Amino acid sequence: MKKFFAQTYLWLLLTMLYAPIVIIAIFSFTEAKVLGNWTGFSTKLYTSLFSGGVHHSLLSAIENTLIIALVAAVISTILGSIAAIGIHNLRGRKRQVINTLNNIPMLNPDIITGISLFLLFVSLGITQGYTTVILAHVAFCTPYVVLCVMPRLQQMNPNIYEAALDLGATPMQALRKVIIPEIKAGMISGFILAFTLSIDDFAVTIFTIGTDGLETLSTYIYADARKGGLTPELRPLSTIIFAAVLFLLIVINVRTYRSQKQKEVKL
Amino acid sequence: MKWLFKLFTKRSSWSIPYFIFLLMMVVLPLILIFFYAFQDEQTGAFTFKYFEKFISNPEAANTFVYSIGIAIITTIACIVLGYPAAYILSNRSLCRSKVMVILFILPMWINILVRTLATVALFDFMKFPLGETALIFGMVYNFLPFMIYPIYNTMQKMDHSYIEAAQDLGASPVRVFFKVVFPLSMPGVMSGIMMVFMPTISTFAIAELLTMNNIKLFGTTIQENINNGMWNYGAALSLIMLVIIFVTDLFSDSDEDRASNEGGII
Amino acid sequence: MENSNFIIELSHLSKSFGDKVVLDDVSLFVKKGEFVTILGPSGCGKTTLLRILAGFGNANEGEIRIAGEDITDVPPHKRPVNTVFQRYALFPHLNVYDNVAFGLKLKKVKSDEIDSRVRKVLKMVGMTDYEWRDVNSLSGGQQQRVAIARAIINRPQVLLLDEPLAALDLKMRKDMQMELKEMHKTLGITFVYVTHDQEEALTLSDTIVVMNEGKVQQIGTPTDIYNEPKNSFVADFIGESNILNGTMLCDKKVEFMGEEFECVDEGFGENVPVDVVIRPEDVYIMAQSEAGQFDGVVQSCIFKGVHYEMVVLTDNGYEIMIQDYNAFEVGQAVSMIVKPSDIHVMEKERTCNCFEGEVIDSTHVRILDTSFVCNDLGDVKGGEAVNVRVAFDKVELMDNKEDGTLVGDVRFILYKGDHYHLTVRTLSGENIYVDTHDVWDDRDIVGVRIMPEDMNIEFVENK
Repeated sequence: MKKFFAQTYLWLLLTMLYAPIVIIAIFSFTEAKVLGNWTGFSTKLYTSLFSGGVHHSLLSAIENTLIIALVAAVISTILGSIAAIGIHNLRGRKRQVINTLNNIPMLNPDIITGISLFLLFVSLGITQGYTTVILAHVAFCTPYVVLCVMPRLQQMNPNIYEAALDLGATPMQALRKVIIPEIKAGMISGFILAFTLSIDDFAVTIFTIGTDGLETLSTYIYADARKGGLTPELRPLSTIIFAAVLFLLIVINVRTYRSQKQKEVKL
Repeated sequence: MKWLFKLFTKRSSWSIPYFIFLLMMVVLPLILIFFYAFQDEQTGAFTFKYFEKFISNPEAANTFVYSIGIAIITTIACIVLGYPAAYILSNRSLCRSKVMVILFILPMWINILVRTLATVALFDFMKFPLGETALIFGMVYNFLPFMIYPIYNTMQKMDHSYIEAAQDLGASPVRVFFKVVFPLSMPGVMSGIMMVFMPTISTFAIAELLTMNNIKLFGTTIQENINNGMWNYGAALSLIMLVIIFVTDLFSDSDEDRASNEGGII
Repeated sequence: MENSNFIIELSHLSKSFGDKVVLDDVSLFVKKGEFVTILGPSGCGKTTLLRILAGFGNANEGEIRIAGEDITDVPPHKRPVNTVFQRYALFPHLNVYDNVAFGLKLKKVKSDEIDSRVRKVLKMVGMTDYEWRDVNSLSGGQQQRVAIARAIINRPQVLLLDEPLAALDLKMRKDMQMELKEMHKTLGITFVYVTHDQEEALTLSDTIVVMNEGKVQQIGTPTDIYNEPKNSFVADFIGESNILNGTMLCDKKVEFMGEEFECVDEGFGENVPVDVVIRPEDVYIMAQSEAGQFDGVVQSCIFKGVHYEMVVLTDNGYEIMIQDYNAFEVGQAVSMIVKPSDIHVMEKERTCNCFEGEVIDSTHVRILDTSFVCNDLGDVKGGEAVNVRVAFDKVELMDNKEDGTLVGDVRFILYKGDHYHLTVRTLSGENIYVDTHDVWDDRDIVGVRIMPEDMNIEFVENK
């Protein structure tokens, strides 16, 4: 009985949480201008979304988003992994200081991060565009990479690095042949996380993207919605984004599930 | 050259590039907020005038108080709705499925604008007027998963033997909950509060989309000022928001916990 | 200098982490082909010593030579030593073959040679047919074999083993001990083995180095160390023993437990206080009879598998431990004999506490970084250097650290038959030695008090 109530409660909440996106997804398959009117099944909203011409700016926004996310994620992963190895070998106060600094971007609200970086770029006289957005994204993604790689380093048998040196590996060889294979899983998770966070970001991007007409998906949606509210074209777009995130998350979770399984087998 | 090589082979020094990056991209920008907030736009002199402007300007101050109010209501609503959900999700006898947990956390990862627009679509569909109620509903929709997740996490990590010990000592289920489970889940609630209250008070764009520009929140005020070139005033307002967040942070005091929560995958 | 038969020469190594001295002027010379064990309790510095030898840490002072070459500043990957780690440290992402071949591949050895050497070494450790196995799927013992194979395949001049068997269960450990000894014979490589297990050290080694608190306590063969411990620490750490206060009356005559005994030791002088060590298996116990040297009553009797372990309270009030194949009932009156050759006499390391300090004023002295009240010193200026002597049994320990003049923790407990001899380490890192009848545990935090009348203050002449 208790279980029945509990389950009902959960499903009620879930319905509430997912109702909006389900409605959008359903009505993305009809042409009606006003949401709620069903004028028959059609994929026209999808095809017109990618037919170019009218929506040329959308395609370039998607392209920008992906490029920025990719570059930012690559830089964050490299910077974050090297940093994690460094922090792992630090002790005492130094470690505490850098950990605190590493936490700041995660604790700061996006708007503060955005505005502070905006002030940095204008103070230094850097023209805002691709570079500034990527720098900003690296700034808020890297802490998460560090957080993904750290546990791997902590789980690693500390003697492994020494064992490699002992067997004649130079520090560089030991890094390449022993440490990187050990933290690879964390680096990949960190990369995917950074990529997702970058694609997802709106608040930091809008302050650092400048006024030269560069657009990402988020700023495109924002500009579009500000002009005309929920325009029909946003329905298929939202649905696609939702599906893409869903896919990414399934990938991440299957990965963690597998590695957990593996660990159980090892034990 | 030799010292350079030594520096390079010393593992701990590998944190130096990132440390410099953090100084440049995190610490310096935050210092700039202080700098701009206390600097006169024209003369460059030290000044309190932007803070005076904020206090004497009824519109900005009202928006500020109103935003805090909305944030508090949203946070409370999220606790009321989210705590039971987190409790059920973490209780083996009530919910076995991991998929359920994932379903609750999934919305955290969807672009906030998409989520907001979807909510607007729902209100449209239900012919619900876009006003204050819609704003609060929308916020709760948006941030509920951020409350459920940390609470669920804390409850899940909770050592079950505490509960068994309490039962063993003769506590009734109700007493077990209030004397053991609830106090032990407080760190989760605290980080949940941080994860809901902070974005709620600092959002911009969300409120305008949810209310068709009828209601303005503090975040929007800041954004508008920055957009209109009033950097110093915007920085002063940002600083006020930082103070609010710092104060909330002092109350919750569980940085470590939250960091690991956010870093975890789903 | 003729030193060619030493493969390892460690001279005057010192190492400290911050204020903590981990190695204090350690010197050690190892002959080629020897099996040397460094033995000591955890935290005695033995692992640090091994890590410095392998190159994972640097000593603050001192010199390391291997095969005559100074390698003090040589990084680990260029040293002719290989290490077997305590927790194996196999590379989890590589299989058995690649783990073992790791060192050879780095040296760019031809692949067919690698092949044959890997096969040979795996056969040697009894792991043939495991080449392609995932190392994570192996048992602890198997992982340790692979770790040994991975080290010896490189034909190091010295093999370092850091408690390699500590993580294995008892039976496995015994088997591996035998195999290691066998391996040492066939390979002819010098083994430096670190352990805290005295039995393991006695079984395996040619030479044992006993360490405590960063200092070498004794170096010798297993029989030497067991039979002729140099001090009470070694006697207590290696095997079970009864350690008692005694007095050397004259050559071959020692007094302890209130009785006079014949012994074989000479050269201590007359009426010199000494420590006497008697191994529990060296006390002959029988039903009460005239033939006994001393009498007592059995307090407890526990069956230990091969023998019985009994505690007997002698008529003079000393508790001694006895191991014998025959059991005696609790409460039974018994007599005991100890052969002269089984009485081991050791010089006392100290007979009372001696602290260096200075005068503060006529009623206060500063010793151990703390001000103590003392008896009136008469006319003093303050600042004069003094030596303060306090008898072991005049130092009082308190449960509440607030009750004492200063705070310390109990580091080393020695039961002396009728009282405990404790080493208390103060916060400033100095030792106070205490005789007490109260029972304390290792690492107990205690308050320390010394009464003014118990301080024997002596001015040091300034020159």
